[in-house]
Amino acid sequence: MRQLTGAALAAFLLAAPCAASATTITIATVNNSDMIVMQKLSAQWEQQTGNKINWVVLEENVLRQRVTTDIATHGGQFDVITIGSYETPIWAKQGWLAPLNEFPASYDYDDLLPQVRSALSVGKTLFAAPFYAESSFTMYRKDLFAQAGLTMPDQPTYAQIEQFADKLTDKSKQQYGICLRGKPGWGENMAYLSTLVNTNGGSWFDMNWKPQLTSAPWETAINFYVDLMKKDGPPGADSNGFNENQALFSTGHCAMWIDSTAAAGKLEDPSQSQVAGKIGFVKAPVAVTTHGASWLWAWSLAVPTTSTHEAAAESFIAWATSKQYVDLVGKTQGWVVAPPGTRTSTYENADYLNAAPFAKAAIAAINSADPNHPTLNPVPYTGVQFVAIPPFQQVGTVVGQDIAGALSGRSTVSAALQSAQDSTTAAMQQAGYLK
Amino acid sequence: MKASFAFRIWVSLLGWGVALAMFFPVAWMVLTSFKTEIDAVATPPLLFFHPTLENYAQVNQLGDYAGAVWNSIAISFGSTALGIALAMPAAYAMAFFPNRWTKDLLLWILSTKMMPAVGVLMPIYLISKSTGLLDTKTGLIAIMTLANLPIIVWMLYTFFKEIPGDIIEASRMDGAGALAQIRIVLLPLAGPGIASTGLLAVILSWNEAFWSLNLTAVHAAPLTAFIVAFSSPQGLFWAKLSAASTLAVAPILVFGWMTQRQLVRGLTFGAVK
Repeated sequence: MRQLTGAALAAFLLAAPCAASATTITIATVNNSDMIVMQKLSAQWEQQTGNKINWVVLEENVLRQRVTTDIATHGGQFDVITIGSYETPIWAKQGWLAPLNEFPASYDYDDLLPQVRSALSVGKTLFAAPFYAESSFTMYRKDLFAQAGLTMPDQPTYAQIEQFADKLTDKSKQQYGICLRGKPGWGENMAYLSTLVNTNGGSWFDMNWKPQLTSAPWETAINFYVDLMKKDGPPGADSNGFNENQALFSTGHCAMWIDSTAAAGKLEDPSQSQVAGKIGFVKAPVAVTTHGASWLWAWSLAVPTTSTHEAAAESFIAWATSKQYVDLVGKTQGWVVAPPGTRTSTYENADYLNAAPFAKAAIAAINSADPNHPTLNPVPYTGVQFVAIPPFQQVGTVVGQDIAGALSGRSTVSAALQSAQDSTTAAMQQAGYLK
Repeated sequence: MKASFAFRIWVSLLGWGVALAMFFPVAWMVLTSFKTEIDAVATPPLLFFHPTLENYAQVNQLGDYAGAVWNSIAISFGSTALGIALAMPAAYAMAFFPNRWTKDLLLWILSTKMMPAVGVLMPIYLISKSTGLLDTKTGLIAIMTLANLPIIVWMLYTFFKEIPGDIIEASRMDGAGALAQIRIVLLPLAGPGIASTGLLAVILSWNEAFWSLNLTAVHAAPLTAFIVAFSSPQGLFWAKLSAASTLAVAPILVFGWMTQRQLVRGLTFGAVK
């Protein structure tokens, strides 16, 4: 079987479109564990093709700014860029990304998870190939639930989450019922809070792009969030992002955490977590609708149209996002670290399912997230935890700061939402969405 | 008047307190670099732990530390040398041959520092691209020189003003030309001031992050770009980031210790009258 896989991989690599002569490509990427594995294994692609790779690893926001500057000025510094499902449709529509529709047949486009493929396409054209994808779900401490005689349902409601959090909070032991993102930012607290608003029946905008931040669903959702975190959350929650909550949960301070499915692998790794083996995974909680209750994000590889080594860049992407690459990671680095959320075949692989106890919950979450219909009522935008329009980064971050202010007690929820509504209205008028 | 014993104790305590408060973040960074990722984020923070060199090993494995150090050295010392070479004649002229526009000129030079760098990112990026200086040490040396030139001119001007004009005039009467005046009279007298200006310019260039992150990619990336690579959007990174930061500040810290005497002498310069 191993020989067969090796032969298939070799055939795939030979068939992959690569430059006629040795080329050096520059890849701009973020620092996360999947990318580090890719850096390690990419020596194999270099050997097979004779090409070389220069890696430029940057912090996420710096990467976004750096790549935007380079593409907008036709700098041509990068041949492969790492972008998310927020940038892909926006940049593709601006003509900044090369289409990725001509990979060899062995690439098997139909094996890509439909939701992820759709999020990275404009029309039927794929503009970024998913390297790993994530949704959000509920992680909870099975041992604490058992001790308290509680049972977590497969699809909890937010009312149940509040009851559980109340029962499991013991501040004298620094044990908090729930940990949620509070650090301001469109990709930090607003990622989670957008799903909370969605499931309460709200949305960022109505069909005329009028901001909805003072609507009843926003009031309900943000009041619930602030009350819950004040009662059952850790102190200083307004400065906790993904990494801070991972640290709290992995050191036993949180009974529940609603966040990215990508957290699961880190929490189940005993070298990074003191609670490995004690965690349960179920769907993200719902309130009045399941629409938009869990998010969808895909870190992906794309070729900017300013690249001067397009063929070699596409060859690399075809290799790094292939089924064979998933297989290679599983066999050489361990199945638990295989790139999640990109391909159906990964979730049909018995080795992966055995190694990753969270796999079924993660795929269910990804399949349930629909960026094209993220809310109960119709909206003019796509994206579950973001709005795929250029001004959203600014809008989301400013609103995030207002809500973090309410969480820390610097303002009331009503005042924060009114301020958020005003700043969002001004930003949307400036961007030309509102008259 | 002799200060009372109690006053001296209080001043000493205040001095030590300020020094420790300033040193604490650096000390904590070094301490964190020897922790595991899980120990680095422990609540309450750990003062005693089992130290590990794992972070340094990983940082060296993932990043090109030697390349980044070389780029930092070339950029900071190159831009400082060029900056001083350009600023010396300017400061000399303004200090010893002032006219009615000198003060305005000095203020205008300083005012260029008040504009946020991001305001000129696009034009600088386009110029760098069209001149082929994107991701080159030459391009970054040029930018750092221009960025630090106002401070270098101002510091040199201040130091030169401390030197009595009569000495320069006497040398001129003895037949020394402008270059000879600078070389024989000015350099020995203002040496400590020039050295401390150079040291400050080196430190400013070494720590500069905005231009070095935006104008470099592979070939000219200095230590500031090296550090940024270890910040992770998902996953614990504080221990590795601390190790990378410790490695980045180590050379300039050693350089600072070695040149401490000159730095202090230069900054307290003015006793030549």
